[in-house]
Amino acid sequence: MASSPSTHTLSVLVQNKPGVLARIAGLISRRGYNIESLAVGPTESPEMSRMTLQVNVEDVVLEQITKQLNKLIEVLKIVELEDSAVRRELVLVKVRATAETRSQLIEIIGLFGAKAVDLTAEIITVEATGSPAKLAALLDLLEPYGIRELVQSGLVALGRGNRSLTDRNQRSERLKAVGAG
Amino acid sequence: MSDNDRADELTGAQSLVRSLERVGADVVFGIPGGAILPAYDPLFDSDKVRHILVRHEQGAGHAAEGYAMVTGKVGVCMATSGPGATNLVTAIADAHMDSVPIVAITGQVASAAIGTDAFQEADIRGITMPITKHSYLITKPADIAPAIASAFHIAGTGRPGPVLVDIAKDALQAKTRFEWPRQLDLPGYRPVTRPHGKQVREAGRLIIESRRPVLYVGGGVVKAHAWSELKEFAELTGIPVITTLMARGVFPDSHPQNMGMPGMHGTVAAVGALQRSDLLIALGTRFDDRVTGKLSSFAPLAKVIHADIDPAEISKNRVADIPIVGDCKEVISQLISLFKRERRPVIDEWVSYLQDLKRRYPTGYDEPDDGSLSPQYVIKRIGEITGPDAYYAAGVGQHQMWAAHYLPWELPGRWLNSGGLGTMGYCVPAAMGAKVGVPDKIVWGIDGDGCFQMTNQELVTCALEGIPIKIAVINNQSLGMVRQWQTLFYQGRYSNTDLKTNRIPDFGKLAEAMGCVGLRAEEPADVDSVIEKANSINDVPVVVEFVVHKDAMVWPMVAAGTSNDDIKVARDMAPNWEQEDL
Repeated sequence: MASSPSTHTLSVLVQNKPGVLARIAGLISRRGYNIESLAVGPTESPEMSRMTLQVNVEDVVLEQITKQLNKLIEVLKIVELEDSAVRRELVLVKVRATAETRSQLIEIIGLFGAKAVDLTAEIITVEATGSPAKLAALLDLLEPYGIRELVQSGLVALGRGNRSLTDRNQRSERLKAVGAG
Repeated sequence: MSDNDRADELTGAQSLVRSLERVGADVVFGIPGGAILPAYDPLFDSDKVRHILVRHEQGAGHAAEGYAMVTGKVGVCMATSGPGATNLVTAIADAHMDSVPIVAITGQVASAAIGTDAFQEADIRGITMPITKHSYLITKPADIAPAIASAFHIAGTGRPGPVLVDIAKDALQAKTRFEWPRQLDLPGYRPVTRPHGKQVREAGRLIIESRRPVLYVGGGVVKAHAWSELKEFAELTGIPVITTLMARGVFPDSHPQNMGMPGMHGTVAAVGALQRSDLLIALGTRFDDRVTGKLSSFAPLAKVIHADIDPAEISKNRVADIPIVGDCKEVISQLISLFKRERRPVIDEWVSYLQDLKRRYPTGYDEPDDGSLSPQYVIKRIGEITGPDAYYAAGVGQHQMWAAHYLPWELPGRWLNSGGLGTMGYCVPAAMGAKVGVPDKIVWGIDGDGCFQMTNQELVTCALEGIPIKIAVINNQSLGMVRQWQTLFYQGRYSNTDLKTNRIPDFGKLAEAMGCVGLRAEEPADVDSVIEKANSINDVPVVVEFVVHKDAMVWPMVAAGTSNDDIKVARDMAPNWEQEDL
């Protein structure tokens, strides 16, 4: 019955109420689930927020996380995103740049579709968005120049195609998500 | 109530009391204090809501639980901010573990003071987040009525549980228009009560094929009021039944198909049935570690049908082959209609094996050699003399296990105990709440001398409010269950388990000081007469101290962390499983 851990991306639609994040974070921590990334933000509707959770767990644990989250009154819907979903992170990074290295850096930045958002005599601040793999590759290349400071967002993700998380019949979606219909 | 109360201009506090009247909360257990004070003013005038002034907020919480358990309604407790609210925490956690529907209403400091470490401020919503089904922090008076309506709905439906409503003092004081919500705004709350027909048919298929099936029945069947369905289904199929600690009485102990209670202190027949079963039909139960023992060796040969109203319980501890999400009453009803058409499983050999096991390993005890009282005998006699229609509450520990084994569990919903959290001190206030719920029935509390000293002050409440409960203090002068573990696993080193209750307190005087009748029995010959005396007193609470042998132990026992296969029927005595081949 045991399966090996793998990475899953959960999209969680919640009511936009005070304390929702605390409920979710508290649940994850007290039940000992390991999450790799959590991002929260508004949606197209002011009454709802959307969280993107990335977890590296076995299937049975994923099922438990989903069910436990579903028990929270303010959680509206949970969907596991498919592999094809668009996944993006944002990174802002300050890289050392001397007169000699600056043009090499600008070339790397350009190849990754990133932007230089600030420049001083010693530092280029780079803004990049992309899949986690792409950003990791970019950071690998920037690392030898010397990274002064780095900040990275949690993963946000959206399924491809016409469908929206908010417009499906919620009940059947939830039942599907808990796998016990 | 008429529609014109929609237009009424009320204070938040009046709105709260009117909301409680609207949801039919006829009893509130609580204690006032600064932040909740505005609510107590209109409560004073309500002729629909009876407030019972307890002596400690924990007592209010357990009383609300006791009231909820016996009435099937949502119990209510009320406390002020800060320490009042934190004193409720144990009872809220208890209700959460045992799925008891209660609403806890707490005062909070004024909204402008929230977050400033104001006097008697505690973030009770934050503190109770892990132990509530849901919680509200209300800072606007207009939100009070919808929050109360939602809180009662959430507490009492689906898998029941505690809901906290924390209300800032200024929200209680400010004026608002009372508007009872026409519908609840709970888009994320849709408990599934009707099971999926396909899942039930799949379950039926497994049951027909099984040769050694067991109905593993938990507290969910009590909460679902599904005892008559359970009996019908069990008799229709002939499948043996085991009832967990939370489900004692949901299926009569005298019924030949009842194999008793499973678990750490379960019967050999129940534990043996689980371990050798090829199909567990788990109904409203959660594969608690006290039932399964070492999970990897629990019921190793069994497939699992697991029906529960809470999908998160299914496959949490043991993966279910057939998960069924739904209310147990509906699930069992559907199984009944299925088996009215289907053939029964062929289980005669299994049934006679278990009957034989039950006959050869009855749960019993030895009388002490020195002529002192045995606690099991005392508890058994209380049950025999008082009968199965009484309500019985217990504390936590040895006396709880003996109560679970030796009281007459013939009727459903008569048993109140702290199963999941194991809260010492539950008994007296829970018995109080139960008696308020069923004033015409006898309510006995079977308590220990350790537990009793945690919450006995609620007997003052009982004496003053006319709640004549009966408490048996099974006095073995020690924290008996801990002492038992010290005997078995710590080489008899009795570190801090001797309560010296043979000297202090004097339970009789303590009882009298609290306005109760105090009785005492030390000899087997006194037992029946004090029980009869206690049963004859119906105007004041009674405390009966039974001075019992302190070395009595709870058997059978599966030591913590070991396999159910290692069950002992007495110290160093295990069933001979090798001879038990089917």
